[in-house]
Amino acid sequence: MNLTPDLIIYWQLGFLKLNATIVFTWLVMLVLVVGSILITRNLSNNLQRSRWQNALEVVVITINKQIEEVGLSQPQKYIGFLGTLFLFIAVSALGTIIPGFEPPTGSLSTTAALALCVLVAVPLFGIQETGLGGYLSSYTQPTIIMLPFNIISEVSRTLALAVRLFGNMMSGAMIIAILLTITPFLFPIVMTVLGLLTGIVQAYIFFILATVYIAAATSSSKTEVQSTETS
Amino acid sequence: MLIDWFTIIAQLINFLVLVWLLKHFLYRPILNTIDAREKRIADELADADSKRAEADQQREEFQQKNTEFDQQRTAKMNIVGEEAKTERARLLESVRQESDALRSKLELALKNEQLSLKDSLSQRAREEVFAIVRKALSDMAGTSLEASIADVFVKRLDALADAEKANLQSAFQDSTEALIVHTAFDLPKKQITQITKALHGLLGDGVVIEFATDANLISGIEIDSHGQKIGWSIADYLTTLTKRVNDVMLSHNAVQDESPELEKSQEQAS
Repeated sequence: MNLTPDLIIYWQLGFLKLNATIVFTWLVMLVLVVGSILITRNLSNNLQRSRWQNALEVVVITINKQIEEVGLSQPQKYIGFLGTLFLFIAVSALGTIIPGFEPPTGSLSTTAALALCVLVAVPLFGIQETGLGGYLSSYTQPTIIMLPFNIISEVSRTLALAVRLFGNMMSGAMIIAILLTITPFLFPIVMTVLGLLTGIVQAYIFFILATVYIAAATSSSKTEVQSTETS
Repeated sequence: MLIDWFTIIAQLINFLVLVWLLKHFLYRPILNTIDAREKRIADELADADSKRAEADQQREEFQQKNTEFDQQRTAKMNIVGEEAKTERARLLESVRQESDALRSKLELALKNEQLSLKDSLSQRAREEVFAIVRKALSDMAGTSLEASIADVFVKRLDALADAEKANLQSAFQDSTEALIVHTAFDLPKKQITQITKALHGLLGDGVVIEFATDANLISGIEIDSHGQKIGWSIADYLTTLTKRVNDVMLSHNAVQDESPELEKSQEQAS
């Protein structure tokens, strides 16, 4: 039993290697992209439309609305990044019901990569919205004394993002694996269902936190974000 | 070590690729479609709103026209009603007048008819009465009656006053033609002789006297010459009677014809 799918290596050439994390990430990407292409191939803007299109529209509109509700007035600009975060994590979690599937989010490398993306995206969106000066000045809010704390918080929340998601996904997969050895019937199924729920919740948490960070950066009201995070 | 740097880099790249792919194949088409649909629905709603506004306007116009039409109709109906009332009154008056005229005409005709019926009835009654009398008298007449009448005749001639005798003489004396004595039946010789004698005594012996019978006389004697005529006969009596009765009837009718006009004038005056 592996703690992380990084350790399942299919092919390696020096530094380059093809482990389960990358393979299952590609699989998730393939499902998402091919599904999207198939569904959006025959989009209808009439009142009559396919149920797949309806389902996809519901997902996209819900994400859009969530982004808007957090405080980003133009969700179309951010849905590419934030929506993909949610969908990737959610589909990875949903994939756990398939036997043999290793969720890529169960790897700290993947969650760290996602957290790094958020770490980079937040200042990028902030600078794009309020300018470099405006964004940097947000670190000195409410006083200059807060600057080191703000920087520490920026790093620590990225770390928290990565570890929180990894811990949840890994523990879910781990619990199922352990239960399978102890009680092969019933309990693993219940725990799988629970895992699905926690997976989706984690996807939502990751997505909503990233959105809140970006919203905070673009509106330069740090205090609000901090209060949201602590709660 | 839980963190593999190669994997982190690979996942970063994977994630960025996924972001690009989903943006291209998922979010953009879906959002565009939703925007297009919303725009279309908004357009349709706007169109529906404008159509509804148009319909409201048309409905208002229609209602206004309807109201105007109702008012016009009511006004016209009132005018027509008044006209109809006037026309009805006029027609009723005209019909009443016509009926009055017709009734008076009818009454007059009825009266005339009654009168003419009355006239013809009385005429017929008179004729019948006289015919019966004539018949009765002619039935009773006979030679013996003639003889009696001839006697009366002779006696009357004898009993004539002088003035009357002179009149007769002036009338028949100059006549050169024969005097014709008409009787209803042939007289016996005795009476013929008496009459001849009496006439000769009155008019002179030169007068030629002839005797003839005339059933129309019924009974009696008539002397005829040159349009001069003296005599005494039942036919004469009857003719005279008839004439007098007719005169009385005519005068009575004349009085009756005048009386309705009097009544009418009295009614009008009242």
